Amino acid sequence: MSADAPRRVVIVGAGESGARVAIALREQGFGGEIALIGAESHPPYERPPLSKAAIVEAEARLPAIGDAARFAELGVDVRLGVAVAAIDRAERRVRLADGVGLGYDKLVLATGAKARHLPIAGAEHALTLRSYEDALKLRERFRSGGRVAIVGGGFIGLELAASARKLGCDVAVIEAAPRLLQRAVPPELGALAEARHRAEGVEIVTGAGVQGFAPDAVLLSGGGRIPASTLIVGVGAAPETALAEAAGLAVENGVRADARLRSSDPDIYACGDCVHFPHGLFDGRRLRLEAWRHAFDSGAYVARALLGADEDYLAVPWFWSDQYDACLQIAGLPDAGATTASRDLGEGALLLFHLAADGRLVGAGGWGPLGKIAREIRLAEMLIARRAHPAAAALADPAVRLKSLL
Amino acid sequence: MSDIWIDACAADDVESEDVLRFDHGGKTYALYRTEDDRYFATDGLCTHEKIHLADGLVMGTIIECPKHNGRFDFTTGAAKGAPVCVNLATYAVKVEGGRVKLRVA
Repeated sequence: MSADAPRRVVIVGAGESGARVAIALREQGFGGEIALIGAESHPPYERPPLSKAAIVEAEARLPAIGDAARFAELGVDVRLGVAVAAIDRAERRVRLADGVGLGYDKLVLATGAKARHLPIAGAEHALTLRSYEDALKLRERFRSGGRVAIVGGGFIGLELAASARKLGCDVAVIEAAPRLLQRAVPPELGALAEARHRAEGVEIVTGAGVQGFAPDAVLLSGGGRIPASTLIVGVGAAPETALAEAAGLAVENGVRADARLRSSDPDIYACGDCVHFPHGLFDGRRLRLEAWRHAFDSGAYVARALLGADEDYLAVPWFWSDQYDACLQIAGLPDAGATTASRDLGEGALLLFHLAADGRLVGAGGWGPLGKIAREIRLAEMLIARRAHPAAAALADPAVRLKSLL
Repeated sequence: MSDIWIDACAADDVESEDVLRFDHGGKTYALYRTEDDRYFATDGLCTHEKIHLADGLVMGTIIECPKHNGRFDFTTGAAKGAPVCVNLATYAVKVEGGRVKLRVA
């Protein structure tokens, strides 16, 4: 621990990333004060199960990261159900909505993101998913049967489609782009996902704009109407930056940070869904990542940085999505690649490797059973982190063990 | 401790520095082989979210869960850091006549 380590750390946001900062600080021996402030009334919990297990499992269960006893044991002052009203940077204090003031030496913004809504007529009829309460509402709807229409064919939309099908609902997915998973997933993998959803009986409408919602239908721009008793919008999330903006911090698609996740105020860090930062593995390209793994990694990184670690945040971006018994995993940035090598693993499982113009591996993705793709994507992630230049022919050949390329 | 050894698989069924799932008696186990051909066994499911560890990656004597990258030393079952904090149960293993056997009770 460096000599100028902070004495008091305040963390705004008690989701995966904020909770991880607190836990990692203690794991690394930090003995100062830690306050963890969450606007939700629940103890810190994992969000990935909200679209899946929290809906389909027989018993609803909050996927908690740790309960009150665990954080008490860690000596973390957890304050739940209270928002932070303001940051006074000159005084280095935050003021909570309940009037309490907390001083800090270092402040961490882990404020997350909020589900985007569509600014269209009847939007109030549609549900979104971000919190445990949202998941409970969807759980109840899916279990009461009826038809479900989901606007948005991204990760959340497709995971909810799979969960609704599992519970026996008829499901339609409406996507404005010409294909599913357009934003983050290469077309070959998106096509496999689409085929699987169609095989499961999901109606998929691509290239279709939505002009509004009736209480019982999605109204398409072309005049079509998709009737449903449950309407859902899954069109991504927007970073939660109101507090940062009000405090005069630089904000640009999230809290603008440097390669060490420091905001424009060196005493304030940001991590998780809300941070916009340059990534050293990708020529300093600025990224904002909405993913469990990044929430975890960037939280753990900020804890190290607060204790004086002299390194940039270089964790390889990594996403996963579970749909039915298939798994989609992406490591690195597929769109940073100039060429693609594909490896067919059989049984509908496919791996893609994305190489930059100089032959460096910059992204990899897979679709298939977890047991077929997970370890290969993990190895690809390690190759990406090492800035490796594996031969395209070796990547494409199922007989070549990826481990041998490390 | 009983002296009943369960026949799990052929020694060659587990690749070098790799892991194999083995189900027996309503439970699932993970069998490991190190690069220097030592064999180990642990519970088959990650203590964090009930994911099959046999779908994960073995590096040295570490098994990494395919879902959240929780790590365990499979020779001892020790959890090696977040997000896993509960150790894995381990089981005695022996190789006899080219077969891997484990003692589950």
